[in-house]
Amino acid sequence: MELLDSFIFRAALAGTGVALAAAPLGCFVVWRRMAYFGDATAHAAILGVALALALSKPVFAGALIMALVMGAAVTMLSDRGLAVDTALGVLAHSALAFGLVAVSFLTDVRVDLMAFLVGDILAVSRADLAVIWTGAVLVVALLTWRWSALLVSTLNAELARAAGVDARREQMILTLALAVVVAVAIKVVGALLIAALLIIPAAAARPLARTPERMGVIAAAIGVSSALGGLWLAWQLDAPAGPSIVCVAAGLFAVTSFTSR
Amino acid sequence: MRLIAVENLSVAYGGTTVLSGVDFRMDAGEIVTIVGPNGSGKSSLLKAILGAIRPSRGRVTRAPGLRIGYVPQKLFIDQTLPLTVDRFLNLPRPVGAAARDAALKRAGAEDLGKKQMSALSGGQFQRVLLARALLGDPQLLILDEATQGLDQPGSAAFYEEIEAVRRDTGAAVLMVSHELHVVMAASDRVICLNGHICCEGAPEHVASAPEYRALFGTGTRGTLALYRHEHDHAHDHTERDHGHG
Repeated sequence: MELLDSFIFRAALAGTGVALAAAPLGCFVVWRRMAYFGDATAHAAILGVALALALSKPVFAGALIMALVMGAAVTMLSDRGLAVDTALGVLAHSALAFGLVAVSFLTDVRVDLMAFLVGDILAVSRADLAVIWTGAVLVVALLTWRWSALLVSTLNAELARAAGVDARREQMILTLALAVVVAVAIKVVGALLIAALLIIPAAAARPLARTPERMGVIAAAIGVSSALGGLWLAWQLDAPAGPSIVCVAAGLFAVTSFTSR
Repeated sequence: MRLIAVENLSVAYGGTTVLSGVDFRMDAGEIVTIVGPNGSGKSSLLKAILGAIRPSRGRVTRAPGLRIGYVPQKLFIDQTLPLTVDRFLNLPRPVGAAARDAALKRAGAEDLGKKQMSALSGGQFQRVLLARALLGDPQLLILDEATQGLDQPGSAAFYEEIEAVRRDTGAAVLMVSHELHVVMAASDRVICLNGHICCEGAPEHVASAPEYRALFGTGTRGTLALYRHEHDHAHDHTERDHGHG
């Protein structure tokens, strides 16, 4: 495909893929008040990226594995009685710090790491695209398949149990989906802004939706518009692409919040 | 018919034991109430019976295929989650409009189906939760302080709804309650819990047990005396009349 030779087209495809997966997942993140969990996962992914670079392994795999380890560690610590936000605070910042220190030993890849902190969507390759879209399709399929079970366990763990749904398993499914989205999005918006791409489209969709399903769909539409609009903005202003995408999303959030009340 | 058998149950969170050595049985059609101070393990016992938490020791046996309807203590639905009552009742699997409307009617929550969950009053919300619990035609209804946050007439009306449900469907009811007068009036059996079972039996028996008085005697003596008085001498009518007023 000739189109794929255009870096701006590849960037648009990458942004669309990430936004499609991030938006419905972001709805759950918002409903369950686990916004900070997104940050923690993203910070852990930085450590994963650093380790992957050090060991010359694929960056995606490193980010994914560390994001999953983070999810497991948070669950374990909160099971041991530590408040979830404390566990997240300890782990998120430790992971980021360890990641930055680990990377300082690899002098030749320092530039690369910056790309993972703020993202470099314009440098997305065909191989990256394949990874992003595989991940996005996987996450959307997973969320669609488990949608009702995820919703009921979001409401209340015991209510879910009484309806034959294992809330713990659903939590693990969300953690897995979050890890995948973070791992595929880290190149597009960077670790520092992934949580924004999860939360802002969902929050912007809320005033327009009367059912959870519609909120997911509207969030996806807002996410994709933000990705494309952000790219256009970055192109026009010669601004960094990842932050521009988040800026457009924030603008859309302002519009829906203030027009619908 | 035996619905639930709990044997030598212990539950611990992060090294802290909240329940130890609890033995408990429940048969079809019974109304059993669990009373106990805060932190006495009441909710943990219910959760273990539901299977939502794993016992650290002992075991819980449910009758094969037992249908449980559960009304949680409180259900926090984030404002960011748009959810109509009908959709809520359809989770995790669709139940059909007829069943939904029947359950809402049964729980005294007719005409709420199209409302957003976040727009309901406290009493309406609890009735919707009850309707949800009734959807599966339960043999056992489990209520965890289901009237928390309701005013006195509101909770009296709610408990009347529960009694009506038992009368009409024969479902057994297991509930945790702080409202001791309700306990005295409506239960077949009362379990007094404080990390272990202090005493159990008919409401009159438990009310006069020294273990129970040790737990509830000091802080609530006045109220309790009043309720006991109500129970002893003014059995049904006072309660009912006030409930409707």
